[in-house]
Amino acid sequence: MNRESNGYTIIYAAVMVVIVALGLSFTHQSLLDKQIANENIDKMQQILRSLNVTAGTDEAEARYAELVTNAYLVTEDGDKVEGSEGNTPEDPAFSTELGDPSAQGLPVYEVSIEGKTVYILPMSGSGLWGAIWGYLAIEDDGSTIYGADFGHAGETPGLGAEIAQRSFGMQFEGKEVIEEGKFVSVAVVKPGQSDARRDYVDGISGGTITSQGVDKMLLNSVGMYENFLMKLNRN
Amino acid sequence: MALNSKTKAVLLGPLSKNNPVIVQVLGICSALAVTSKLEPSLVMAVAVTTVMAFSNVIISLLRKTIPNRIRIIVQLVVVASLVTIVSEVLKAFSYDVNKQLSVFVGLIVTNCILMGRLEAFALGNGPWPSFLDGIGNGLGYGWILVVTGFFRELLGSGELMGYRVIPQSFYDAGYENNGLMMLAPMAVLIVACIIWVHRSKNKDLQEETN
Repeated sequence: MNRESNGYTIIYAAVMVVIVALGLSFTHQSLLDKQIANENIDKMQQILRSLNVTAGTDEAEARYAELVTNAYLVTEDGDKVEGSEGNTPEDPAFSTELGDPSAQGLPVYEVSIEGKTVYILPMSGSGLWGAIWGYLAIEDDGSTIYGADFGHAGETPGLGAEIAQRSFGMQFEGKEVIEEGKFVSVAVVKPGQSDARRDYVDGISGGTITSQGVDKMLLNSVGMYENFLMKLNRN
Repeated sequence: MALNSKTKAVLLGPLSKNNPVIVQVLGICSALAVTSKLEPSLVMAVAVTTVMAFSNVIISLLRKTIPNRIRIIVQLVVVASLVTIVSEVLKAFSYDVNKQLSVFVGLIVTNCILMGRLEAFALGNGPWPSFLDGIGNGLGYGWILVVTGFFRELLGSGELMGYRVIPQSFYDAGYENNGLMMLAPMAVLIVACIIWVHRSKNKDLQEETN
């Protein structure tokens, strides 16, 4: 068999691609359930972290089921979408991604903790290298932040990636997103600077673009819930 | 299995005199990117060693059948599939580590050392020496990463593996973490220092000056 003939080369390439494709799809399919379970647990851990609850991978599901009493979708006007309630991973609130154009609404997780009702809102935006996201827990006055947690796909370790540290998220505690009856979000400023108009937290030194990304994300993502928050605020 | 002197050289050579990073200056890109902390450096070293060993074996087994004109493509497909499998396995069994390494796992595909070893070694040698060559080069690459990651995390964050090692009293006395250590240029300097020490110990590697 001539190794250098065109026929051999084409057949070789075709067979190789088919074998590799079969191998990869088999690997993917056989690991898929485990991966989805991991992703769900990871999401639950993040939601719990925004309540300042740190749960290991083995206890996350139980803690989540205990604290998150309800989850549902809301429309941009702040009304609950009919039939969207349920706090398991299969329910629409958990599986809906923020910003998905085909989604029926915006996910909200309702939590009762320390005798308070807290609403957790997901956020998504972009940092320096890729996606960033987070969860913001807001008390039932629609304005006071109970806690926050942030995550990122691939920000620079030691710089922008520091937004995922608890110390960054903890800064948000007690800040107000509504000032004088208007939604203003919370500013992320360069350490040492301030914002006279609204509450602010320190950004990450050396992670300016990521910090600006967080600032924008808070404004845009939480801004989508403006009507929902204003309703809570007025009650 | 006893190692004769030739296979020993294949395995141990890349650790020092034939080191892919500090002698052949390959794989510098990832050595700069992932070493700002020690833990990702370690995981990256293990991942690259695994992928290199297995891709070397696979290419070595196929070497008599690969058409010469598409051999680079074949190598690339083998490496890319192995990297995808590593990434899928990490996602299923070690989700946290996978999250930490994020894009860098995918970037193993573009690691120059991998293609270099496949071209230079696996295409001309049997599976067993190829396997050792992969392990040797992976470790040779890995120890540079770990040393660089050690100094960058220690001086840049005052931590090792995420644990604080520089006591608070140092900070109270006015010591500060060197933020520059977190940036890639300092990795170049640290790798350069390793090369400097290595060259001064191995005089035969020093380039002739005119």
